Amino acid sequence: MKFTLKIWRQENAKAKGHFETYNIDGISPDTSFLEMMDILNEQLVNEKINPVAFDKGCKGHSGPVSFDHDCREGICGACSLYINGRAHGPESGVTTCQLYMRKFKDGSIITIEPWRSSGFPIIKDLVVDRRAYDKILQAGGFISVNTGGVPDANAIPIKKENAEKSMDAAACIGCGACAATCKNGSAMLFVAARVSSLALLPQGKVEGARRAKAMVDTMDALGFGSCTNTRACEMECPKGISVEHIARLNREFLSAKLSE
Amino acid sequence: MTELISKVPEGPLAEKWTNHKAHIKVVSPANKKKMEIIVIGTGLAGASAAATLGELGYNVKIFCISDSPRRAHSIAAQGGINAAKNYQNDNDSVYRLFYDTIKGGDYRSREANVYRLAEVSNNIIDQCVAQGVPFARDYGGLLDNRSFGGAQVSRTFYARGQTGQQLLLGAYAALNRQVAKGTVKSYPRHEMLDLVLINGEAKGIIARDLTTGEIQRFGAHAVVVASGGYGNTYFLSTNAMNSNGSAAWQCYKKGAFFANPCFAQIHPTCIPVHGDQQSKLTLMSESLRNDGRIWVPKKLEDVAAIRKGTKKPSDIAEEDRDYYLERRYPAFGNLVPRDVASRAAKERCDAGYGVNEQGLAVFLDFKTCMEQKGRKYIEEKYGNLFQMYEEINDVDPYKEPMMIFPAIHYTMGGLWVDYNLQTTVPGLYAIGEANFSDHGGNRLGASALMQGLADGYFILPYTIGDYLASKFKEPKTDTNAPEFEAAEKAIKERIEKLLSIKGKRTVDSIHKELGHIMWEYVGMARNEAGLKKAIGLIQDLKKEFWSNVYVAGDNEHFNQELEKALRVADFLEIGELMAYDALNRRESCGGHFREEMQTEEGETKRDDENFMYVAAWEYKGEKEPELHKEPLEFKYCKVATRNYKD
Repeated sequence: MKFTLKIWRQENAKAKGHFETYNIDGISPDTSFLEMMDILNEQLVNEKINPVAFDKGCKGHSGPVSFDHDCREGICGACSLYINGRAHGPESGVTTCQLYMRKFKDGSIITIEPWRSSGFPIIKDLVVDRRAYDKILQAGGFISVNTGGVPDANAIPIKKENAEKSMDAAACIGCGACAATCKNGSAMLFVAARVSSLALLPQGKVEGARRAKAMVDTMDALGFGSCTNTRACEMECPKGISVEHIARLNREFLSAKLSE
Repeated sequence: MTELISKVPEGPLAEKWTNHKAHIKVVSPANKKKMEIIVIGTGLAGASAAATLGELGYNVKIFCISDSPRRAHSIAAQGGINAAKNYQNDNDSVYRLFYDTIKGGDYRSREANVYRLAEVSNNIIDQCVAQGVPFARDYGGLLDNRSFGGAQVSRTFYARGQTGQQLLLGAYAALNRQVAKGTVKSYPRHEMLDLVLINGEAKGIIARDLTTGEIQRFGAHAVVVASGGYGNTYFLSTNAMNSNGSAAWQCYKKGAFFANPCFAQIHPTCIPVHGDQQSKLTLMSESLRNDGRIWVPKKLEDVAAIRKGTKKPSDIAEEDRDYYLERRYPAFGNLVPRDVASRAAKERCDAGYGVNEQGLAVFLDFKTCMEQKGRKYIEEKYGNLFQMYEEINDVDPYKEPMMIFPAIHYTMGGLWVDYNLQTTVPGLYAIGEANFSDHGGNRLGASALMQGLADGYFILPYTIGDYLASKFKEPKTDTNAPEFEAAEKAIKERIEKLLSIKGKRTVDSIHKELGHIMWEYVGMARNEAGLKKAIGLIQDLKKEFWSNVYVAGDNEHFNQELEKALRVADFLEIGELMAYDALNRRESCGGHFREEMQTEEGETKRDDENFMYVAAWEYKGEKEPELHKEPLEFKYCKVATRNYKD
């Protein structure tokens, strides 16, 4: 298969970015999207090594494209590409690393951009800074227990349905697709996933209200927008996290406000 | 010559840890506040250790190469975590978990460490539940279990196919709580490039800020390495793309011994390689072997028909299928340990029964399970794994069996540590996959998570106190000391050298070539001639790398090519030591299979008389590494030939 790639190139947070066009050929339909990026980068490095022999329409010779990636199994949350106008590309329910080239039309043009959100400044090319998500979790995304001195794991039975629902929310991989997709740049689904996952368990219930308030306040302070219920986040979440968790977050948040 | 002192405490096995804890020194709360500890890596071991040390009042700095601690590769562990809770009333116990782990490791691990691991396993489950880890539960609200390879009891706790993720998020949450409290400072996108010793003791590191390229110095009273394994030496593995052995390797080059480097685990249930442009292999969880049955056709004509596509696997009649694990190992069936299952797959494929185009795949089939338990049961237990398989292969595993093949997954070898998890360098500790201690020649499934968290939550935070108790009067480490100066200078020169070669080979092309050498000669089957050949080839490739590599970009910016180049430079050296160790160990045990040493049935043949020891290698610069032996003693379990047949 062959493709024309329009890729966002940007030196650093302050530099002005632009699209560059690359042609790539000989891609197997069984190649993953990120393997295709690896192949492109190998080609770009080879162009650097021998600029004359390789001139397949690459302008600028700006070297390999930087992009975040790690586990390539859809679980670490590192990969973060905006492909043809959608977070993690055209397929629903998968991350970029789980996307395969057979899902694209041979000969088509593919546009690749970084997450664009005020909460995620660009580091280079397609790599963004997502430390804001760590900061939101540091504000309260935990249960306050120290190591040791905890009860036996079976001391408190938990309804299977609640454990399952908690797990649904806990499946969040913190990739940032929700905030990158939201027209307000809100990280509400990310916050809700953590708050809801813990609120559904007796262990997490204790500090539920305080947690909700602290995390929402931090999200606001970090420059993320507010939620206007467009549900775009749910559509693009690679883990299918439901906006139902935002409703649970709102309940927790309200009870925190009421008890103030 | 440095002597290997394991510091295993006296007394009966079951009382060793309790006695040891009672006698090691502790640091007072006021003094803990004055002390600094550096932790490298934020996986299960690193995150849990840093969080716990922070809770105790130490000042912790934690480093990771990803953009967030949550991305460490522990996150990708699928199946579960073992513990000796005996919740299923199937006669499990601390002793049984200990025994299974020793036996699974083919009698090449240290008894006292393994017993302690089994002992604290139960605390881990309690801790994780208290943190809000949503483990699978039964309708009565209590925790559910499943079975894993190498065990005849059901002791594996799990959170769907995402157990590693959930445990890591628990440890990461505990870490975040300490970051908020100010006891832990987190340094994401930072890579340790050297260990700094002052008067022979670990006192800090040199790190590169991966965003800016700045080379920075960090001092501490002790350094804990929790940077995982070196499986990516093989280029293709189930490890994450950025997983690397460099942090541990720098410790080795600064004097810490490296133990059993040749013990690498080859996982039987991975998705087969599809072409030469692949960058990464995907694991299918071992938990699938609870209900999936592994087979190849009995008849070669069926194999040919499947390869050609004229027959589908589901067309092969029951009596024409060879469920070879059930045939060869009736007592454990599909749940034999990983090394045994991997070799059995290789044996069938070598005999010409491999079922994909390349002849390098076997089937993992859920037909029997579908018939007996139904689709809903499978969806609930393995739904995400089935979906993942379909995404990758474009085949619906509910209809046709999965194709699987062994791949590099984990490394049992690592930095040599004593009972306190301290390396041969005072003040330098290694935990989790980065050390060697608990899994011997083969790790059992669902035991990596257990070991990472045992080390991080319950062992290191106690044992490190014994060392630090004598150090509280020492002032903060001065990072202007000449040792830091020299280390920083050496790193800068190394980077400059790499960038200035400007040769003709890409970093990846050299890494791939190394991977081919490793898989061919230091893979599932090894022999003397092959290992000698591998050492020569790797040495040549190392020369090629240092004279003909091209590293794009510069040091002063975000530069993933440079990151890779620094790691590949180390992989080349790690690969050589692995081959060296494999050559020395003239026996077959666990994942290390020397073709010269096998039984008539093709099983591993240990040589207990000559090799019942830990091989700990000391770095000697350009000269050959020096071997030190830690003899292994088995007082509490009978050393026997592993038998999974009856």
